[in-house]
Amino acid sequence: MYLTKEEEEMLKGEYGYAAQKSMEILVALGKIYDAEKMIEIRSAQISGVSYKSLGDEGLEFIEKLAEDGKVRVPTTLNPCGIDLERWRELGFPEDFAEKQLKVIKAYLKLGIRQTLTCTPYLSGNRPRFGDHIAWSESSAIIYANSVLGARTNREGGPSALAAAIAGRTPLYGLHLDENRRPEIEVKIPKPLSGYEYAALGFLVGRLAGDKIPLFKGIKLISDEELKLLGAALACSGGIPLFHIEGITPEAKLNPKMSASEKYEVGLDEVREVYDELNDDDVEPDLIFIGCPHSSIRELIIFLELLNGRAVKKKTWIFTSRAAKNLGEKLGIIEKLERLGVKVICDTCPIVAPIKDLGIRSIATNSAKGAWFSRNLNGLKVRFMSIEGLVELAVK
Amino acid sequence: MIALKGRIIWSGWAKGEALVSNQPISFYGGIDPMTGEIVERGHELEGKSIAGKILVFPYGKGSTVGSYIILRLKKRGIAPKAMVNIRCEPIIAVGAIIAEIPTIDRIDISRIRNGDLVEVDGELLRIYR
Repeated sequence: MYLTKEEEEMLKGEYGYAAQKSMEILVALGKIYDAEKMIEIRSAQISGVSYKSLGDEGLEFIEKLAEDGKVRVPTTLNPCGIDLERWRELGFPEDFAEKQLKVIKAYLKLGIRQTLTCTPYLSGNRPRFGDHIAWSESSAIIYANSVLGARTNREGGPSALAAAIAGRTPLYGLHLDENRRPEIEVKIPKPLSGYEYAALGFLVGRLAGDKIPLFKGIKLISDEELKLLGAALACSGGIPLFHIEGITPEAKLNPKMSASEKYEVGLDEVREVYDELNDDDVEPDLIFIGCPHSSIRELIIFLELLNGRAVKKKTWIFTSRAAKNLGEKLGIIEKLERLGVKVICDTCPIVAPIKDLGIRSIATNSAKGAWFSRNLNGLKVRFMSIEGLVELAVK
Repeated sequence: MIALKGRIIWSGWAKGEALVSNQPISFYGGIDPMTGEIVERGHELEGKSIAGKILVFPYGKGSTVGSYIILRLKKRGIAPKAMVNIRCEPIIAVGAIIAEIPTIDRIDISRIRNGDLVEVDGELLRIYR
């Protein structure tokens, strides 16, 4: 692998420990994937922020990097395990919060922005078409690649952090044109909406494995639906990129885009996803939207669906600090909170210590949220439309 | 003694007893970070501890959080002494580098038997029997 003089020096330790460790990680990845050289990146998104997944050892590692390291490109943070402003009110454990704050402090010392969201593209880190980036967080990766046409591999927390500190990443995989072509065409039988896209993504992720799908038959899809679709694809399949004929930028640029393997989705198959992600007889302890974090539009939709009715069950909306701040200016947050909905930032139901809050079952419109709640956090789950969630909440 | 040549992922030296898995290993969810025991249900090494072993397996699988689990094992003193793969992928590579565990890949692991005394030395793997 070719390294510039500066890269060689980083590797030798002339730029300090953090740069050296970062370059070691990047060179090893470059070797594994036969990258010919490094490429400079425009931004990074870092997962591995919750103390729940890092533990003391992960915290120590990040603190050590922060001793002499600084990121070289705009870098944003995934959600952590608490709402920084409301954790006490919501009943998050004190010792957990303390450790969590230490993790964030170390990341800030590295020069990373305290966005604490899985939707960096709605919080000031929005790459442009063709930009090379190094992102972790599977739902953000797939959104950046597919909807924005930026280029990132499926980084894990440490490799994205290494790329941010070194300002570069090895040139391989999805940074190269030839690896971004669709490998399976997926035809949709009829127009879908809302959470049906989450179910579709969950289904296609499973059948496509890690193949890049090209969807056909979608005429209209909102940013929010793209977010749910992508998150579900990445959750069940590990897919980092999809195309939609006539809609996503690379498919628009190349109208003849096709794949030899073809698949037609049946509506009964989509329905099976509903069955699979709905446990029997569940009265959810918590109803939530916001996996990935809700946009300002979803906050408005939720308020409109409530139509002045107060919620009778614990109902939380997870969103970014950026969207909440905007919602406050628009008066939406105050109205939601007055109806009993809690609008929560900086964290999410997957990485928060949710069981410590006494929650044993949830209902959500996110296939990813339902799957992780069940498989990682051991909760009972229901998966339904946002309309269904609102009716359940006010009943 | 048999000597095999591989590719360095993290360079170092270690000698010890080989624990060989023909199945891939998921560090996140598949190994208990507090004990080093393989806990994945139905795994051929379920119940065995990887602590202090030369861990031989084809490649890693599962979530990228697995890299941090390797680091946690190392800091607790219950990590493998070295790792040997057929094809090292990013989860294991990043884990090996941040935890500083000697690791090589491109090794024909079918040559190694469970319990063999093996030595990882840079790009070389020596099997003593």
